[in-house]
Amino acid sequence: MYQYDEIDQKIVDERVAQYRDQTRRYLAGELTEDEYRPLRLQNGLYIQRQAPMLRIAVPYGMLSSRQLRKLGDIAKKYDKGYGHFSTRQNLQLNWPKLEDTPDILAELATVEMHAIQTSGNCIRNITTDQFVGIAPDEVIDPRAMAEIMRQWSTFHPEFALLPRKFKIAVSGTKQDRAVVQAHDIGFEFYLDQHNQVAAKVWVGGGLGRTPILGTVIREHLEWQHALTYCEAIIRVYNLHGRRDNAYKARIKILVKALGIDEFRSQVEAEWAHLKDNENTITEAELARVAKHFEAMPYETLPAHDASFDAAIATNPAFAAWVKRCVHPHKQAGYRAVTLSLKPHGQAPGDITSEQMWAVADLADQFSFGELRSSHEQNLILADVKLSDLYTLWDKARANGLATPNIGLLTDIICCPGGDFCSLANAKSIPIAQAIQMQFDNLDYLHDIGVIELNISGCMNACGHHHVGHIGILGVDKDGSEWYQVTIGGKQGNDASIGTVIGPSFSAEEMPSVVQKLIEVYIKERTPEEHFIDTVRRLGVAPFKTHVYAKDEVAA
Amino acid sequence: MSHLIKLNSGQANLENDEWTLVQLPASQTEERKQAGKVVLFKLTGEDTVSNEQIANTVIPASGKIIVPLSVFIARNSELTDRVEQGQIGVWLATHEPLETLTQFQTDLNKLPVIAVFVERFADGRIFSLGNLLRTRFGFKNELRAFGDVLRDQLFFLKRCGFTSYVIRADRSAQDAISSLNDFSQPYQGAVDESRPAFKRYHRGV
Repeated sequence: MYQYDEIDQKIVDERVAQYRDQTRRYLAGELTEDEYRPLRLQNGLYIQRQAPMLRIAVPYGMLSSRQLRKLGDIAKKYDKGYGHFSTRQNLQLNWPKLEDTPDILAELATVEMHAIQTSGNCIRNITTDQFVGIAPDEVIDPRAMAEIMRQWSTFHPEFALLPRKFKIAVSGTKQDRAVVQAHDIGFEFYLDQHNQVAAKVWVGGGLGRTPILGTVIREHLEWQHALTYCEAIIRVYNLHGRRDNAYKARIKILVKALGIDEFRSQVEAEWAHLKDNENTITEAELARVAKHFEAMPYETLPAHDASFDAAIATNPAFAAWVKRCVHPHKQAGYRAVTLSLKPHGQAPGDITSEQMWAVADLADQFSFGELRSSHEQNLILADVKLSDLYTLWDKARANGLATPNIGLLTDIICCPGGDFCSLANAKSIPIAQAIQMQFDNLDYLHDIGVIELNISGCMNACGHHHVGHIGILGVDKDGSEWYQVTIGGKQGNDASIGTVIGPSFSAEEMPSVVQKLIEVYIKERTPEEHFIDTVRRLGVAPFKTHVYAKDEVAA
Repeated sequence: MSHLIKLNSGQANLENDEWTLVQLPASQTEERKQAGKVVLFKLTGEDTVSNEQIANTVIPASGKIIVPLSVFIARNSELTDRVEQGQIGVWLATHEPLETLTQFQTDLNKLPVIAVFVERFADGRIFSLGNLLRTRFGFKNELRAFGDVLRDQLFFLKRCGFTSYVIRADRSAQDAISSLNDFSQPYQGAVDESRPAFKRYHRGV
């Protein structure tokens, strides 16, 4: 993965000094609450219900074992001994003290980490597919481009105070796993007809209060121009995006208001001035950064391993885990492994310090000392030998990291919700836990098969409920917490926004609502259909009818 | 104590202001553009300047003055000689289209100073305006930021081509100066240094 040189290190060190002074001025009364807010937010510090929340950047989800160990140490020393992986691949600490945050940043800087632009109205952490670099369907490894974009966006002076937050995602696979269509800008890299790296550029996607999938603004952009083209898009947005209403301030609203054709022509007019300026990426810079992402020193291995095959045949628990948590790899004899942060009955994405240290050890032992976080809020060891899988499983299981539920109903994406977040209308973690307990039967889960259930505690949609096959949104009605249910949302190349099935439910009703949705699917499905396919074939009506049917006992 | 920081060949100093800022008189009738209309995006929710305000603006008879863009255009005949003498600067607010200025005053460099008023700290349009004035319209003289200007914008303002900064009256400009240099080696090319880090330094292979 990318390693800092002295320039990278200097920027994070100077950031620590700058933030330390900002926080000092705030605590000394030299900055008002309102003045300090944008400054702390640009550094990922929210003021939450019980305590501040600090969001630490994990650029495009890549972590080294050394970094994860440090995160475990920090959670132990400054927090309650656990952290939370978010749907944007970052790590959140829920209980730090505001006065400690400069010291936390100083500790992070020692392992080439920071919290720069993890919040606030600026360009946020750039995200990508968790199987980047190793997926068999990958055409381009976009990590070098993501890193170049990370550097360019860091303290970009023109885009430091945008109308609203701004999220960029990159992917380079046939099957999109980075949800590029749900981002303010999405780059889909591919090889063009001249075998050159190019990108299809999407703009104006986003979830939140007004979920909209992005539109293609440019079918073909040569990689050299990725930064200047972003500058053109974001300049048009910075000047013309609404600033009078935070709910209408995202770029998607501007794109919809102008229409994509007018928006595109303004961007292209701007780009005509910016194209080929000094921020144009050079071959040398791409090569320098790409060198950090070269393939691991893999052993030449056969495609099969007898001990692995034998373990699958004799140990059903191991076989079940392999089926759900082990993923294909472009290198023969290797696999990627998802360590589930979704054990039933716990907050999705939460991980203790002890687990962080254990995962760091597993990464060192089995996966070249690196790992990734995913937007589904799990951790991935990307380069594990087939022959090591059984030992890895054993150790992961001992640390509560081997729930074989990846891609199944209980692999719930969930925001921190009303337990922590001051924006939330309703709690989300207890809903996730209740659903996990309702379906705490692995055979049944495997029978239900692939399904994505996403929960957000408010319309800001941190839990990506719009693109969940089942989406749950916490809403506030007269001061009490209710839950609105959508079905038919999907991420990927054929992404869609879910449809609301009807009036919302109380928290207690939610497990049985999900149960009823599943019942309709089980009854109606064809042998090859996943839940989402059945919803797409039948529409919302039969699901709605069953969920809202009155109990038939009374005549 | 002066609140004006000026940057001269990379050196920042507190200076006494030789320019007088001409303000618009308060509007009698609150005119606000309707929100939501596409063509008015820039103006959404912003006050517009009335003819009455322009007519009632008091222009000092002598000395170096910075006048509102609307007054500069509507009452330009009163100012022609003084523009030639280098006595007139122009200020605009972040929601005013830059083209209003650049189409009227084709030679911007006849203005010794252009100032941009930022009403709220969080309004980042000022950065794009500075950038455009420098790189698109070739403005070479003093580019000034005033309004809700606090020390934590200074590094960004400097990088976007601003060379003077009027720190908000209730804050110390002396304390703010150091923030111009919060970062010594920025990553990306901008107005003050067009080359990104990867072109300024040999970053290894």
